Amino acid sequence: MTATAMPATRARSRGPRIARALKPLVFAALLAPALWLTYELFTDQLDGDVVKILEISTGTLALRCLAGTLVISPLRQLTGWAWLTTYRRMLGLFVFFYATAHMLIYFGLDLELQFGEIWTSIVKRPYITIGMLSWLILVPLAITSLNGLARKLGGARWKRLHQLTYVVAVTATTHYLWAVKKDTFWPFVYFALFAALLLVRVYGWYGRRRLAANAPR
Amino acid sequence: MLIRKRIEPPSSEITPEAEYLNRREFLGMVGSIGALSATGAIAEGLMGGMNPAQAQQGDEVTDEEKVTSYNNYYEFGTDKEDPKANSQQFKARPWSVKIEGMCRKPGNMPLDSFLSPSRIEDRTYRFRCVEAWSAVIPWRGIPLADVIRRADPLPSARYVEMTTLYDPSQMSGQRRATIQWPYTEGLRIDEALNPLAFLATGMYGKTLPNQNGAPLRLVVPWKYGFKNIKAIVKLKFTDRQPTSTWMKAASDEYGFYANVNPTVDHPRWSQARERRLGEVLRKPTLMFNGYSEQVASLYSGMDLRREF
Repeated sequence: MTATAMPATRARSRGPRIARALKPLVFAALLAPALWLTYELFTDQLDGDVVKILEISTGTLALRCLAGTLVISPLRQLTGWAWLTTYRRMLGLFVFFYATAHMLIYFGLDLELQFGEIWTSIVKRPYITIGMLSWLILVPLAITSLNGLARKLGGARWKRLHQLTYVVAVTATTHYLWAVKKDTFWPFVYFALFAALLLVRVYGWYGRRRLAANAPR
Repeated sequence: MLIRKRIEPPSSEITPEAEYLNRREFLGMVGSIGALSATGAIAEGLMGGMNPAQAQQGDEVTDEEKVTSYNNYYEFGTDKEDPKANSQQFKARPWSVKIEGMCRKPGNMPLDSFLSPSRIEDRTYRFRCVEAWSAVIPWRGIPLADVIRRADPLPSARYVEMTTLYDPSQMSGQRRATIQWPYTEGLRIDEALNPLAFLATGMYGKTLPNQNGAPLRLVVPWKYGFKNIKAIVKLKFTDRQPTSTWMKAASDEYGFYANVNPTVDHPRWSQARERRLGEVLRKPTLMFNGYSEQVASLYSGMDLRREF
């Protein structure tokens, strides 16, 4: 079993001390954009379509954190820096944090909690449907990031559940692609990145299977 | 709690405060020269003709800073901040405008001679982007009708098509194929002759900033913002309905008319409400952006759901 299969607790306990000591710093860095946006909002510094700016910012932040969680394993394999895993759960939870903020801003400020509008948007507008789906998938992932629950689930099942992250990568990027008016450059950058990361995974998985098949019995 | 349903007269019945005050002055003036037969209705009609432009009471002019730093102008990049950042080196002078197609007076003339026969006017209009944000902007410029009349279109000409400058060396956004270059837009001739249709050369009492379409842009306030083509270099008279850039890009989302209409949603969002730049809460969008009185007759008998 590789380290990827371990619930975050075990991985963390093996992380070097420095990486763990830096955790509050990483946390602050990931939270800083949210604080900065809030500050800009209340000091009238968001020049333009205020709610749209908040939506785009939080959505992009969620995608970046998502890319961060997925890049950690291959990067660790490539560099041998085991300590990278220390931050994976935190990144994952920030995906959930920014995705939730993104959704709440859309329903609360953009649609102003008009439930008819909210319902229409979910059932009638495909980019909202798939965005909503992405958030729903994130919920069990966020919940099972709790130590107790992760242990209860067991490594293998936890791992299988958290492979849903790849499904979210696809649905969230599709949401992004369908939401933009015309310039699809950045949605495709994320698509390419996620596709590359998935390929690395699949390649690694094949390699291990071959190794296992050739192993002496 | 916000009470959203208000009983109020239709926007078309509200006389803007400035106009209302003007009417008093006008009546007083008319009275003093003895033209006592002038009724309020006639006076109001006259005033409407002289200044069809006032934004409604309660429409506060949007901060200049917001209007000049949040722009859709793909020629300078697709992000809203791009046009301001990437257009500062743009050379809006010297400039010339070409008039061609089905008209008696085609030509290519320097911007100054294009403008000079007309009197420069100030007009404050509501501006409604198709993306459901809006603003109130004080423009400076000339009536489009002046230009159309000077070009003297043939009776067979039914549309006027306008074209933006194509110059990738200055307009960095044109180096990527995001939309088809150059940007084109069009109006029916009767729309172009409507007194509201305007060619702006300035705003907020100053020369038009590059990111807002310097040196010459269209302002048709009853239509969505993308109709307001920027950096115009050509007007062409034609008998066939032009296919605008956004129609080419996504014909199911953007039509030729693009009239502001709260009852016809964009496929991806509702058009019923809008958000003023800088504000958090939305307000209702008005039919024809509140200019029904001036423009509704242009579309009588048309199915605006189909001709969106």
